[in-house]
Amino acid sequence: MARHTIEINVNGAPSKGEVESRLLLVHFLRENLRLTGTHIGCDTTHCGACTVLLDGVPVKSCTVLAVQADGRAVDTVEGLEKDGKLHPVQEGFFQEHGLQCGYCTPGMMMTSCALLSTNGSPTEADVRRAISGNLCRCTGYVNIVKAVLHAAASAREQKAAKAS
Amino acid sequence: MASTPRTSPEVGGMGHSVKRKEDPRFLRGKGNYVDDIQLPGMLHMDIVRSPYAHAKILKIDSSAALKVPGVLAVITGQTLEQYKLHWMPTLMSDTQMVLPTEKVMYQAQEVAAVIATDRYAAADGAAAVEVDYDPLPVVVDPFKALEPGAPVLRTDKPGKTDNRIFHWEVGDRAATDKALAASDVVVEQKIYLPRIHVASIETCGIVADFDRIRGKLTVYMTTQAPHAIRTVIALVAGHVGLSEEKIRVVSPDIGGGFGGKVPVYPGYVIAIAASVVIGKPVKWVEDRMENLQADSFARDYHITAALGAKKDGTMTGLRIKTIADHGYADAAANPSKFPAGLFSICTGSYKMPVAFAEVDGVYTNKPPGGIAYRCSFRVTEAVHAIERMTDMLAQELKMDPAQLRMKNFIPENEFPYKSVLGWEYDSGNYPAALKKAMDIVGYDALRKEQAEKRKKGELMGIGISSFTEIVGAGPSKQFDILGIKMFDSCELRVHPTGKATARFGTKSQGQGHETTYAQIIAEELGIPAAHVEVEEGDTDTAPYGLGTYASRSTPTAGAAGAIAARKVRDKAKKIAAYLLEVSEDDLVWEVGKFSVKGAPQKSKTIQDIAFAAYTNHPQGMEAGLEAVDYYDPPNLTFPFGSYICVVDIDRGTGEVKVRRFVAVDDCGNIINPMIVDGQIHGGLSMGLAPALYEEITYDEDGNVHGGSFMDYLVPTAMETPKWETDKTITPSPHHPFGAKGVGESATVGAPPAIANAVVDALAHLGVKHIDIPITPEKVWKILKEKGAAE
Repeated sequence: MARHTIEINVNGAPSKGEVESRLLLVHFLRENLRLTGTHIGCDTTHCGACTVLLDGVPVKSCTVLAVQADGRAVDTVEGLEKDGKLHPVQEGFFQEHGLQCGYCTPGMMMTSCALLSTNGSPTEADVRRAISGNLCRCTGYVNIVKAVLHAAASAREQKAAKAS
Repeated sequence: MASTPRTSPEVGGMGHSVKRKEDPRFLRGKGNYVDDIQLPGMLHMDIVRSPYAHAKILKIDSSAALKVPGVLAVITGQTLEQYKLHWMPTLMSDTQMVLPTEKVMYQAQEVAAVIATDRYAAADGAAAVEVDYDPLPVVVDPFKALEPGAPVLRTDKPGKTDNRIFHWEVGDRAATDKALAASDVVVEQKIYLPRIHVASIETCGIVADFDRIRGKLTVYMTTQAPHAIRTVIALVAGHVGLSEEKIRVVSPDIGGGFGGKVPVYPGYVIAIAASVVIGKPVKWVEDRMENLQADSFARDYHITAALGAKKDGTMTGLRIKTIADHGYADAAANPSKFPAGLFSICTGSYKMPVAFAEVDGVYTNKPPGGIAYRCSFRVTEAVHAIERMTDMLAQELKMDPAQLRMKNFIPENEFPYKSVLGWEYDSGNYPAALKKAMDIVGYDALRKEQAEKRKKGELMGIGISSFTEIVGAGPSKQFDILGIKMFDSCELRVHPTGKATARFGTKSQGQGHETTYAQIIAEELGIPAAHVEVEEGDTDTAPYGLGTYASRSTPTAGAAGAIAARKVRDKAKKIAAYLLEVSEDDLVWEVGKFSVKGAPQKSKTIQDIAFAAYTNHPQGMEAGLEAVDYYDPPNLTFPFGSYICVVDIDRGTGEVKVRRFVAVDDCGNIINPMIVDGQIHGGLSMGLAPALYEEITYDEDGNVHGGSFMDYLVPTAMETPKWETDKTITPSPHHPFGAKGVGESATVGAPPAIANAVVDALAHLGVKHIDIPITPEKVWKILKEKGAAE
C-alpha cells in the first residue's frame, strides 16, 4: 500500500509522519502522535466522540484520512488549555457538571469551541443544534448546554475585560 | 441532613455540590480508557463474525489470512478446544461458546479471531478468513420457539428437548385468579418491551498482558465488576495455570457502562487466551457494529398483564405472565436466585392485596443476554407494566390517573411495607412526590388546556409515572452472583499528615465515585474531601467487591465507606482520650475533632490524632489509623419518584414532541446534589430513548436491524427535552447515612410517563395502549386508522 509523508500542524506544532493512504486521521492522532484525548465511538460519523477542528472547522476524524489533513491545521482537546489555564469551554464543562464518563467530552468540547468561534452569544437552541452531531449517553445534554452557555458568557466577559 | 450540610464547604461532606475530582483529567483529554493503553510489543485482535443466525460450520480456511502482512495467527474454536477454552459459563450458570467448533447460533457470533501487529492488519486478516457454512432453520420468535416441534437450539445440552431456559413464578396464582374474577373491572393488555442496547459511547475492549516469566496475567478491561471478573477468569482458566493470585484485573476509566460492561464477552476470553499462548500483550476493542450486534442486549420481554379493581378504583389484584427472549444463552447478570431479576417489584407503588407473576425464559437464534439497560435487574420491565396498567385502569374507570394513583398508594404510615410478592419496602412517601410533581407542572391547568385543545382537534397528552425502584443488592442471604455474595467494601487508610486513601470494590463509569465517596469520608471524619483520594478498579489494590451496576454503589460500597470511617473514628477516640488525658466517655465528636465535654478548648483534630497514631500512640495499641469494612446490607433500598410528561403530537407526521418533563425523585439523603441531578438527567434521557426511538429487531432469517448508529437512534440534543428535576427526601432507615441508589431511577420511571402521555393524547380516539418505541410511523398509522391524521 502506498505510503505518504505528511505534515500536519497539530495544536500549533508541526507533526510529521509517514502513513498509509488509508490511515484515518483519528488513528494518526491517537496512535502515531499518542494524543489519546480524541476518542472513537462508532467509526461511522454518527457519535462525534472523535471530533477535532480541521482548519478551525469541526470534523469527525474517524471519517477523515490522515493524508487529507496534510498541510493543514488540526486542533484537539490537548490544545485547549493555554499557559496552565483552562479554556472557557473546559471551565464551563467543569462548573456546570457537563461531563460524566468523559468519553464524549473532548469531541463535545471541540464542537462547542467551533460554535463559539462563529457565534459568541448563542441561544440554547443554537447550542443544541451545534452539538446535535455529538452523542452523549450520560448527561441528558441539559448540563452540556449550560456548560456551553457558561463558556460563551465567560468568553464575552474576558473579551470585555481586555477591551476596557 | 442532606438539605443543610453539617460540614463546611471546605470540608465538603454530604449535601455539598463538590465539583468532581475526576474532571481535570477528562477535560484535558487525559483520561485513560482501554483503547488508550499501549504496551510494548502489543498485538491487535480482530474478530470474524457469522453472517448467519444459525448454521453448521463446514470449514474455516485461514491460509489466505495468514499470508496478510502483519498477521501472526488465526484462532478458531479448534485452537481453543486444545486448551478446553472454547466454552465458558455465563453469569447465570448457563454455558456459552467462546468460539464455535460446530455451529453458529446467532448473526454476528464470533467465529474466529486474527492476531496481527496492528489493527489494520488484523482487520485485513479477518476479511481474508474464509468460512463455509451450511444454514440451519432459524428461530427468532420466542413463542414459536416454545411450540412443540420447534427445532431444539441447544443441542449441546444432553437431554434438552425444548427451548425453555427456566420457569419462574412468585405469588399466589389461585388467589389472584379468584380476586380478578371477583373484581368490578379488569383491564388486560399485552405489552412488549423490545430488545434494546445500552450503547455506551465507549464500546467494549481489553488489553490482555501475560507475563510468561512471572506467570502473571494483567487484564485491562471495560468491566463494571473487576473482582468478579478476576474470579471468573480463575474459574474458567484455572486448568491452564491461571491462578487467582496471579491475575490482576484493572478497570481503567470507563466510557459508560449501564449494564453492558458486566458480562464476560467471548472477545475478552479470546484475547486473554491469545496473550497467554503468544506471550505478548493483545488488544481487542470492538467497533460500534460489533457492539450493537453481538454484545448483550436488554429487555425483549413479552408481557401479558391483568389488573383488577373495584368500581371506586381500589386495586384488587395483579397477574403478569411474561415470555422472556434470552437469545442463544442466558447471559443475563441477575443475582443467581433471581432468573427474572427483581421483576417481582411489579406491584409498584400500590397497595396490592394479591398478585401473581410468572416468567419463562426462552432460547432463540439471537445474541445472548437479558442484561439491564441502566436498571436494577428487570425493574424497568416491571415498572412499565404496572404504570401502563394503572393508566389503562384509570381510562377504563374514567378516573383521573393522578387520583387513581393517590387512592392506591401505599400509605406513608405503613412503611416499612411488606409487599404481597415478598419485598419489604424500606421507606416511602408516594403522595408527597406526586403532589410536588403536579404542582410544578401545573397539572390542573394542563388538563384544562388539553380539554380546550381537544375541541380544536389538537393532540396533547399528560402522562404520569409513580414508580418504586428496588436497588442496592443486596442482603447476602438472598443475593449472589455465581455464589459470590453481593456485599461491597471499603479499605480506608488515614495517613500521618491527616490525609486519607480510600479504596472500594466498585467501579465508577461516570457516576463520580472519586468525588462522592470522598464526601462520605469527609462527612464521617471531617477530613476535607479534597484530601481523600479514592481508588477503584484495580484488583491488586482494592478490597474485593461485586462492582457497580443496579444502582448498588452508594447502598453497598458507600455504606462500607461510612462504616470504615466510623471504625477509624472509634480508634481515633481512644487516641484522643490518651492525648487529652481524659476518659473516652468525656469526649464529644464534632466535625473533624474530639473535644472534652464542658471544656471545648481542649480538643484534638482528626489530623492531630492521625499524626499521633503513627508517632505517639498509646502503649498496647497498634500503630496506624486504618479500617476495612465489607458491608452486607440488611435490606435493599427503595428509591421512588413521580414523573409527569407533557407531549404534543403532530397530526401530519405522527411525531411526538415532549414539551415538558417534570421529575420528582426521592433517593433519601443526598451526597452531592449536583451529581444526583446529573444522574437523573442521564437516566431520563435513557428513558426517553427506548420510549420513542430505540429498538433492535430481526427478520425471520435472524438478520439484525438496528445494528449501527444509522438505524439505532440514540437521542441527540435536538430530541432531548430540557429536563426539570426536583426532589423529596425520605431517608432509608437502614442505610448508614440514609441514602438510596439513584443512577437508574429515571431510566426506570421515564418510559411509562412518556407512553402514558402519548396514549392520553389519543385516548379520546379510543386508543388504549401503544408499545414502545412510539415512533412517528406507529402514531401516524393510528391517526390514519382513527381518521385523525392531517
